[in-house]
Amino acid sequence: MANQADQIFVLLKHWIVSIFPAVIQPYLGVVLSVVAIIAVFPALFALTTVIERKGLGRMQNRIGPNRTGPYGILQPIADGIKSLTKEDIIPTSADAVVHFIAPLVLVIAVFMGFSVLPMGRNMQLVDMDAGLLFFFAVGASTELSIFMAGWSSRNKYSLLGAMRAVAQMISYEVPLLMSSVAIVMITGSLSLVKIVDAQNHYTWGLPHWYIFTPWGFAAFVMFCIAATAETNRSPFDLPEGESELVAGYFTEYSGFKFALFFLGEYLGMFSISGLGTTLFLGGWSAPLQVLNFVPSWIWFFAKVMLSIVVLIWIRGTLPRLRQDQLMNFAWKFVLPMTLLNLFVAAIWRFMGEGVLRWIVCSAILIGIYVVVGTIGMRRKKFGPRTYRYAE
Amino acid sequence: MSVVFWILAVITVLGGLTAVTLKNTVHCALALTVAFAGLALLFLELDAQFAGFAQILVYIGAVAILVVFAILLTRGSETPSEGVFSRTWFAGLLIAAAVFAVLAWAVVNSSAALPHETAAPTVNVQQIGHALMGRYVLPLEIVALLLTAAMLGAVIVAMHEKGEQK
Amino acid sequence: MSRDRGSRLLGEGIIKGLAETARNFFGSYVSKQRLTTVQYPEERIPQDESFRNFPFLVYDGSDPEAGLRCVSCQICEKECPPKCIYIEKSKDKKPDAVGKPQFYPSKFDIDISVCMSCQICVEVCPFEAIKMNTEFELSTDDRFDGLLLDRKELALSNEYYHQIHPTEAADVDARLKAERAAAEAKAKAAAAAAAAKAAAPAAKAATPTAQPAAAPASEISPGMAAQNPTGTPTAAATTPPAAQNEAAGATRAPKVETKKEGDAS
Repeated sequence: MANQADQIFVLLKHWIVSIFPAVIQPYLGVVLSVVAIIAVFPALFALTTVIERKGLGRMQNRIGPNRTGPYGILQPIADGIKSLTKEDIIPTSADAVVHFIAPLVLVIAVFMGFSVLPMGRNMQLVDMDAGLLFFFAVGASTELSIFMAGWSSRNKYSLLGAMRAVAQMISYEVPLLMSSVAIVMITGSLSLVKIVDAQNHYTWGLPHWYIFTPWGFAAFVMFCIAATAETNRSPFDLPEGESELVAGYFTEYSGFKFALFFLGEYLGMFSISGLGTTLFLGGWSAPLQVLNFVPSWIWFFAKVMLSIVVLIWIRGTLPRLRQDQLMNFAWKFVLPMTLLNLFVAAIWRFMGEGVLRWIVCSAILIGIYVVVGTIGMRRKKFGPRTYRYAE
Repeated sequence: MSVVFWILAVITVLGGLTAVTLKNTVHCALALTVAFAGLALLFLELDAQFAGFAQILVYIGAVAILVVFAILLTRGSETPSEGVFSRTWFAGLLIAAAVFAVLAWAVVNSSAALPHETAAPTVNVQQIGHALMGRYVLPLEIVALLLTAAMLGAVIVAMHEKGEQK
Repeated sequence: MSRDRGSRLLGEGIIKGLAETARNFFGSYVSKQRLTTVQYPEERIPQDESFRNFPFLVYDGSDPEAGLRCVSCQICEKECPPKCIYIEKSKDKKPDAVGKPQFYPSKFDIDISVCMSCQICVEVCPFEAIKMNTEFELSTDDRFDGLLLDRKELALSNEYYHQIHPTEAADVDARLKAERAAAEAKAKAAAAAAAAKAAAPAAKAATPTAQPAAAPASEISPGMAAQNPTGTPTAAATTPPAAQNEAAGATRAPKVETKKEGDAS
């Protein structure tokens, strides 16, 4: 019974596919899975917009939207109607073809990233041998669309925002990749399905998730930072900050194209949370062995929504980073830490089982963190600000 | 020579052609990106997964961005006002045809063009990894040194400019 | 509340910030003082007394036309900085609260799309006729006439004024009453002086009767000057006002008293 509930979507798909003739069965299977992804994730996107606005509101001591439907649940419908019925303005001097294609490229690239995520037992769209590499390859294509959007608007501010966004995304690709490489090294495979399988073991009822290892925890923290920067979320949202650059690279977009950009950004958030869940939080495996009766896809989506809630929480807390602070942080702090983490993961792997490797790895990581942290903090003089010329 | 191959081939060739004949340099760069994507899909069609994804990651994700940045930061972004195709399209086409002829002659006369009856070997990532770390470790390290030198050079060039500005 | 050597550890500030935000989040469900949002059309925040929005005209009593305090002096129209008041004086006069015939405004228009709520009209009005209203839900879909308030819409009762600005209204009422009493007293004293001057020889003969008559007369409180208690002769008619004068206050009519004393002696 538990197995049935777990595999309910797979069984449903097999049942529907078996109705049709054998010639089109493989194609139909693929089409069904694609339709499922296209249906589920935008619905989650709608839910997330409400959660985000209400959550941010409560964190800022105010109520979020509460007029459309009970507790504002129908707000995404109102937003959807608004963006569909707004006039689609293209500036006269803008490059119409590129202006049109940019949001499409973004959404296509982001949807393609969902195809390798294992959302439950046997519930990934494609089981690729190099799944992680595919995910990162497709994620890199989103930068191109942002650049296209900024350039085609023929607007100084859009172009500036696009340049900043692309620079930021390229800078944080490297820590993102490097923190995942530690996982790949330990698991020995680039396939996401195998990575989840490797974490699906339990010792004394506790799972073997990679986040519970010292190098995994450090890698998770750096993955979170890089993921937040990749999807242009606060505190790294300088390219789209309303108070900085009007709306950055999507200044000249209105109506449905703006909604597509918004959709693309949130879907990027989902897909990278999904990846983080798969790599570090054990994908679809339950936290405790006793909880294995709950279907696996519930665990996956619960973990993804938890990551989204944490992203919203961070957005409501931290102020925006300036562009040079952002870049400094990426190249001078996060990247060396990821390299160090790779080294520590290698030590972990070659030390063999036992308590000793826990102690050694934790000691190295904590030691470096504390040392670098205190050195870095000491140089900053926190005190009343002095002005060079305005005295 | 399946349907998929023909579609991908058409996409790639069209991308390359428009890249050499369009007037607006950024449009050319974007058409080049389409050509890269066509190439990556061709790799995937040949079951070379790693090569295909690496092509997307490196070429579309980094090289295309680099090309576009270079165009924007220099004066190549000033586009002439009339026409879609550049005035020197014939010369571009001629050069591209010449290069293609040379490469085609090299490929046809090499051993790889002899008809194979055996199926292509499936290479997965692990084998690539083993090869890189085993048989090809020296070229790997030399390439790494080259990349480090390039990065250091970029940093030095950028720093020099800052020094001159002061 | 910050240490002067900064946070100890690199991520400490972020963790503290996250804790603060979490406290805000959960606290906003529990404590009312964290969540200060008011659901506007259903609940409203009570306004301060000193809140002001656009002017209105005050009327005493229950008839907006008869009790209107405005005498159409047009000072507010001249002093208004954006010139949003338009007044047309009437041709006839009507009696005001003390009975004196005054002009009244046949047209009094304020364009509230121009009015900037500076309160200068209130400050310069000598008759306490125009005061500031607190009504702000004035949106209309007629851009020109919808925001032009005429005299009928501007005239609101004194009771309403007491409701919106209690202490101010009480002060205004006290001031008006004192002024009216002073005006009456002055009028009475002027009439008494004129009558005393005219009846000076008659007063000399009437002084023995004036003093015993002064005592019961003083008990007649500063009542209505218009009311004549009995059909008394002119001499007795002049004494109640004279006694009333003494009872009203020495400061108000020192000259009349000395004159009377001079006359009596």
